[in-house]
Amino acid sequence: MLELNNLHAHVVPEDGPSREILKGLSLAVPAGEVHAIMGPNGSGKSTLSYVLTGKHGYDVTGGSATFDGTDLLSLEPEVRAAKGLFLSFQYPLEIAGVPVMTFVRAAMNAQRKARGEPEVSAPEFLKLSKLAATKLRIDSDMLKRPLNVGFSGGEKKRLEIYQMLMLQPRFMILDETDSGLDIDALKVVAEGVNALRGAGRGMLVITHYQRLLDYIKPDRVHILSAGRIVKSGGPDLALELEKSGYDQFLKVD
Amino acid sequence: MSDGRDLVKDSIDRGTVDAARELESDKYVEGFVTDIEMELAPRGLSEETVRYISAKKEEPEWMLQWRLEAFQRWKEMIEPTWAMVHYPKIDYQDAHYYAEPKGGAKYKSIADVPQEILDTYTKLGIPLKEQEVLLGVEGAMETAAAARETPRVAVDAVFDSVSVATTFRAELMKAGVIFMSISEAVREYPDLIKQYLGSVVPVTDNFFATLNSAVFSDGTFVYVPKGVRCPMELSTYFRMNAKGTGQFERTLIIVDEGGYVSYLEGCTAPMRDENQLHAAVVELVALADAEIKYSTVQNWWPGDSAGKGGVYNFVTKRGDCRGARSRISWTQVETGSAITWKYPSCILRGDDSQGEFYSIAVTNGHQQADTGTKMIHLGKNTKSRIISKGISAGKSNNTYRGLVSIHGKAAKARNFTQCDSLLIGQNCGAHTIPYVENRRGDAQLEHEATTTKLSDDQLFYARQRGIGEEEAVALLVNGFVRDVLQKLPMEFAVEAQKLLEVSLEGSVG
Repeated sequence: MLELNNLHAHVVPEDGPSREILKGLSLAVPAGEVHAIMGPNGSGKSTLSYVLTGKHGYDVTGGSATFDGTDLLSLEPEVRAAKGLFLSFQYPLEIAGVPVMTFVRAAMNAQRKARGEPEVSAPEFLKLSKLAATKLRIDSDMLKRPLNVGFSGGEKKRLEIYQMLMLQPRFMILDETDSGLDIDALKVVAEGVNALRGAGRGMLVITHYQRLLDYIKPDRVHILSAGRIVKSGGPDLALELEKSGYDQFLKVD
Repeated sequence: MSDGRDLVKDSIDRGTVDAARELESDKYVEGFVTDIEMELAPRGLSEETVRYISAKKEEPEWMLQWRLEAFQRWKEMIEPTWAMVHYPKIDYQDAHYYAEPKGGAKYKSIADVPQEILDTYTKLGIPLKEQEVLLGVEGAMETAAAARETPRVAVDAVFDSVSVATTFRAELMKAGVIFMSISEAVREYPDLIKQYLGSVVPVTDNFFATLNSAVFSDGTFVYVPKGVRCPMELSTYFRMNAKGTGQFERTLIIVDEGGYVSYLEGCTAPMRDENQLHAAVVELVALADAEIKYSTVQNWWPGDSAGKGGVYNFVTKRGDCRGARSRISWTQVETGSAITWKYPSCILRGDDSQGEFYSIAVTNGHQQADTGTKMIHLGKNTKSRIISKGISAGKSNNTYRGLVSIHGKAAKARNFTQCDSLLIGQNCGAHTIPYVENRRGDAQLEHEATTTKLSDDQLFYARQRGIGEEEAVALLVNGFVRDVLQKLPMEFAVEAQKLLEVSLEGSVG
């Protein structure tokens, strides 16, 4: 489903020289599987999520990334989204004056239009929204407020998952979705994520900690260090990391 | 989203998004020229010009004298330079001060209105129902409107210096509401004109207002009698068409005790590489318990991408809350003009009167806007509210300039001011210049101001969700101006939103 082959990418800051962050990253996530990416700060986890979703300021200098065989890297971010790629942001953005539901409906219809599907009707949208909100224990009043404005860290993360449930993506990248969540919120969020498992969907769960993986059980775990996957294994690898830390896996350049 | 209000809001948002999608180019769609034979005043400005205009309008002697006095004063006045706008010196002798389509100032019936002018209004997309009215088949129109159960809008169409058609006059008259061009009102209601014209904006008020007083061409006159709620929205569409002309609109709206009116003006002009002057004066008078809602959607030609051409919009708009508990609210969506110099104001004379100012000013390309309001609190318990949203893109500059003045007798006056600026891109500027004068210890004044930049991160966030770049900008801008758009009459909110999208198209990336 998602295949990365020897991917090299630079971050290009507005001021200052560009730096290579991804240094030959290879990874394959087949449909229906959940893969976790773990790694210390600065290993390239967030860069990976931005490169895959097409954010400005990152230059891919080598390698490839395909989604169901299509070259991802040449597509605009919104085209990738319409193909079913979804990023749950580590730091969700505040969108002043735009209520959550207005935003999500615009997104939903934009994606549907891009795929040549009819727009969602108001009653259908409301029904879907109610279902998603109930599952995530989100108060319906919150959905009428401007997106993320004045929301707590936990509420923002919950709303990322709400958007995910609404948009029903085919491949999800969860970038440190566990950060800022207390244990109860973590359970609720994980339930939401697990509801989307299977059915040919793929998932990349980026995290520092094993904790999230207790609730979202990965099929594979990869350790990212200095822009490369240095070790891959089953769910046990995460437990091993938790016990003995990253040091044993880190490569010295 | 369970209640109706939310659904309505949602539909506005959909409107914006759809409008943004439909856009194919960054062309100013109103920029066409109507090819019609015009009769122009000789180029230049002199006493003769003033006499020419007055004669054209078949004005009584007192009106001519009023104009001539204004002209004498104007000759001694100096053009103001305090606004944060820059433009080459205007040669006031190098323009025509009057332009009318050949064949007469006012058409008796629609059959007499030249086809070119009818086509112009069709092209401008003035809603079909209004065009039907312009087509003059009054009975048919009323039936059609009733059948659709849509709110009707009466229109005064001003083409260059003349009003070419005014709709629903007869029906409004049944309610006692006078709605006609000011030229006609001078002839038909001289007492009202003598009593009120210049009573809010004195002849000598400022350089541009004085110029207007001397050479004003056409505009709208509205009188709503005691206790009458005007049964429909009133509107005026100003169209500047002729080359080398200026437009000097003059509008006077009087609402007698306990009356109510909602009025909207729309403005467009062809794309020309010269600068055209639009120096308007609008006066509003609200007597006791009266309410006036005045909305503007201003889309004069802003000049091309290199900053060539465009309308200089130097406008004096002022409302006088003359009676107790009266209320005046200004709502403006300013997207056009090369330069905007405009401060719709309220004189809160009556005790317990209220003034409101809601503004969205968008500048892009090389546009400059210096706009805001003045709230002059004279009476007791007077209240004012200012919400200003400035959006700057391209190489433009957008200034909010406002005055809140609490006079000695304005016990317990209150003002709330909120000025928000949104910057799009790296080369534009936003400036906020609030003046406050307070002579009362018991006044309550609040001022909030924010400046934000539409960030690449926000855009990326929206795009990651599948929303294309233009649509994302539309959505974010829409969010920024939301609370002001909601103050516009519903029929025009969608229109205004569409205008915002057009104005900001191509401002990112």
